[in-house]
Amino acid sequence: MASSFRADGSSPNKMPVSLANSKLVYEALKECDIRLVSALPETWLVHLIRMAEEDPKMTLVRLAKEEEAVGISAGAYFAGVKSALLMQNHGFLAAVNGIVSFAHLYKIPLLMLISYRGSFGEKDPWQTQGGNVTEPLLRALRIPYIFLDNVHTVKKRVRQAQTLAESSLQPVAILLMRDLMWEE
Amino acid sequence: MLRLECLRSVYADLAPCLVVTIMGAVAAELQSLGHRPNFFYLQHAMGLASSTGLGLALCLPNQRVIVCDGDGSLLMNLGSLTTMARYRPKNLTHVVFDNESLLSVGGFPTATSTGTDLEGMARSAGIPRAVTVGDIERFTSAFHEAAHSKELTTIVAKVEATGPSGYVTDLSLLENRFQFRRYIQSLKQV
Repeated sequence: MASSFRADGSSPNKMPVSLANSKLVYEALKECDIRLVSALPETWLVHLIRMAEEDPKMTLVRLAKEEEAVGISAGAYFAGVKSALLMQNHGFLAAVNGIVSFAHLYKIPLLMLISYRGSFGEKDPWQTQGGNVTEPLLRALRIPYIFLDNVHTVKKRVRQAQTLAESSLQPVAILLMRDLMWEE
Repeated sequence: MLRLECLRSVYADLAPCLVVTIMGAVAAELQSLGHRPNFFYLQHAMGLASSTGLGLALCLPNQRVIVCDGDGSLLMNLGSLTTMARYRPKNLTHVVFDNESLLSVGGFPTATSTGTDLEGMARSAGIPRAVTVGDIERFTSAFHEAAHSKELTTIVAKVEATGPSGYVTDLSLLENRFQFRRYIQSLKQV
């Protein structure tokens, strides 16, 4: 859940998180009429969170823990406001009961953007266990998921995920992959 | 003080509000007074009633939102106090029925039975107004003051650890959820 610590002392804004591709993802959310974003900071999400914060037409809700986001998005859904959840895969793990016993139980659409830490190329040892269980857990929960790993498919796939969440009234996951989010 | 008395004392005032309750006795007792389409009972996901109320209040700033929380549920999501306090919507009132117990699973004591002070935690989290009440007169006045103050308020209502004989009602979860959303959408069309 916490953002990465850099042993060399560099600040997050010097990290090679792709600004251009974060912008592409943010634009895709805007094109889906997303008007509320909840988030917990994580390195790969820093630009996305900042874009939401600087956008006067977006409500950004900074969380203490990711499970809160399920309730907040359900409230937004009842209110007729489209929302998205930004979280690290470890945050997804922290949100599981809310997903099962609220979103699944009550058929609440959720658009979850999950940064896929701990997979191939991961240098931070503390992220690696979450990478092992992310997809098995999504499958166990029967949550449809799609990968964002290529600039050419970002907008189409975000739109497709939003469309499926709304038509199926269930949570769907968009996995933000290293090849898209990280420039190294 | 009985939870049912508290709910009865403000029941008429709930008519124009959006009401989100936790599971168990709170949901069953509010329904026993008469279900309305503006009531949503979160029959699981303990802790997320306050988060749901926050989402509603932020998205519908002209609509008063009442959350009927409990000590057991709030203790499962204490971070919600800090998130509510961060955005402090003026149209949100957070009622916590504190019976110092997880009643529906047999009455196991929660930490409020050994001194944890939810009003103090709410205030320290940054909730602008927080109050603890132990009788009906103070409960109803706190409820009305919360509306007049136009500030996010947490009301900790100390109630007895007694409830209804059963918790399952004839209102299905999905029926409640679709009705609640449809009710809110109908407000927008007026």
